Amino acid sequence: MEQVLRVEGLKASYGGQEVLHGVNLTVQRGEKVVIMGPSGSGKSTLLKCIVHLIKPKSGRIILDGEDLSDGGVDLKKVRAKTGFVFQQYNLFPHMNVLRNLTLPLEVVKKVPRSEAEARALQLLKAFGLEEFAYKYPLQLSGGQQQRVAIARALIMDPVLLLLDEPTSALDPELRREVLETLVDIAKQGRSMLIVTHELDFAEAAADRILLMDKGVIVEEGEPWELLYRPKSEMARRFLVEIRAVVHHKPKS
Amino acid sequence: MNESFFFIASLLPELVKGLQITLEISLVSFILGLGLAVILLPLRIYAPLPFSTLSRGYVELFRGTPLLVQLLLIYFGLPSLGLKLDAYTACVIAISLNSAAYQSEILRSAVKSIPEMQFLAAESLGFSTLQTYRHVILPQTLRTAIPALVNEMVTLVKESSLASVLGVVELTRRGEYLVAYTFRALEVYVAVALIYLAACTILSQAARGLEKKLRIPGYEKGVV
Repeated sequence: MEQVLRVEGLKASYGGQEVLHGVNLTVQRGEKVVIMGPSGSGKSTLLKCIVHLIKPKSGRIILDGEDLSDGGVDLKKVRAKTGFVFQQYNLFPHMNVLRNLTLPLEVVKKVPRSEAEARALQLLKAFGLEEFAYKYPLQLSGGQQQRVAIARALIMDPVLLLLDEPTSALDPELRREVLETLVDIAKQGRSMLIVTHELDFAEAAADRILLMDKGVIVEEGEPWELLYRPKSEMARRFLVEIRAVVHHKPKS
Repeated sequence: MNESFFFIASLLPELVKGLQITLEISLVSFILGLGLAVILLPLRIYAPLPFSTLSRGYVELFRGTPLLVQLLLIYFGLPSLGLKLDAYTACVIAISLNSAAYQSEILRSAVKSIPEMQFLAAESLGFSTLQTYRHVILPQTLRTAIPALVNEMVTLVKESSLASVLGVVELTRRGEYLVAYTFRALEVYVAVALIYLAACTILSQAARGLEKKLRIPGYEKGVV
C-alpha cells in the first residue's frame, strides 16, 4: 500500500520546551489513524508540525511523496494538499459560509468564482448545511460551525485530512452531528489523521490508533486491540481515566 | 442679542464655502493616509528587521513632531530642494503623511485583537502571507478599527484649520477674512466654531451607523 504520510524522528519545541522527542508514524492512502493521549502529550503539536504550522526542530516529514524537510519545497502547495480542522473551527467570521468555502478555492486553486460557488453549494448540500450558505459563522451553533470547517477543508480535495480534537470544544449534544459527519467522510475512503478522545468514534472509524504520552508514541494497534487489550500500563491507566470521564457525561 | 443672531446667520453662506474646502482637505488626507497605513501595517507586522524599523521610524517621526512644523517644512522647506508645491497640495501631503502615522498605529492595535488562529487557519489552507493579509486579516482589522479611524477623521477636520497658516482658504481662513471685513471677531469665531462642531458631530453619528452596518453578523452574541 502507498504511504500518504511518513514521519521520521520528529522533534519539536513549543514555548521553549521540547514537546516532541522523536515521533515516527505512517499513514497509508485511505487509512484512518486516530491519535490519543493525555493533554500535554504533544498530539496537537504533532499535527501542526506535519503541515509546518509549527516548525519542527528536526526529523523528516514526507507528505504525498514530497519531503518537507527539503528546503526548496513550497509549503503553500503542501498545505493546499492537506485539510486541517481545528478544535475552535477558525472560520473567517467576516464572510458568510459560502464565501468561507469558495475563498480558498479561488485564492489558492484559482478556480473561477461561479465554479467555486457551484462546488461549495453542492458540498454544503451533501452536509445538510445548504440553508446556512448565506449565514455568517457566528450565527451558527458550534456543531454547525465545525461541520462548515470540515467542509472548508474537504472542498480543497485534500490527500490527507488532519483533525485536531474536532469535537472537544462542543457540548455533548452537538458532538454527535460532527461525529456522524466524520464517520461519513471516513467511509468515503479519504486518508485521515485525527486527534480525538472519542472512543466510540475511534472504534467505529479508525483503522489504527496511536497512543501518545510525553512527546512519544507509546503504543499503537488496531482499535479492538488498543482499546480492549492494551499492552502498556500507561495505556491501561489512560483508558480507565478517559472511560470514567465519558461515563460521567450526560447521555445525549 | 437678536442682532448678533442675524449677523451670524448672514455669515453662514460664506463660511459654508470654507467648510467645503475643510472637508475636502480632511477627507482626501484621510483616504491617502489610510492607504499608506494599509501598506505600512504589513511591513510592521510581517517584514524583516530593516523594513519594520523603517516603518516604525516613520511613525515616530510624524507623531513626535508638530503637524504645523511638518506643514511649514513641506511648504517652505521643500522649495530649497527644488520641489515647489502650491499651498493646497502641500497641506494635503503633510496632513496625509501625518495621518498615515496615526492610522497605522490604530491598525496595528486592531490587528492585535484578531486571534492568532485566523492566521493559522488561512495558512493551513495554503494562503500566502499577502493573501492572508488581504482576505482575512485586513478586512477584520478595518472593521475593528472603525471607531478609532472615525476619531482620526474628526481630528483631521479640526487639524486642517492649520492649513489657514499657509493661506489655504478653508473654514478658519474664511473666518479670518470675515473678521477683517467686519471687525466682529466674537460672532465670527463663534460661527466658525459652531460649524466645526456640527461637522464633527454629524461625522461621529454617521460613523456609528457605518459601524453597525459593517459589524460582523452574529458578533454581538458571542466570542470569536
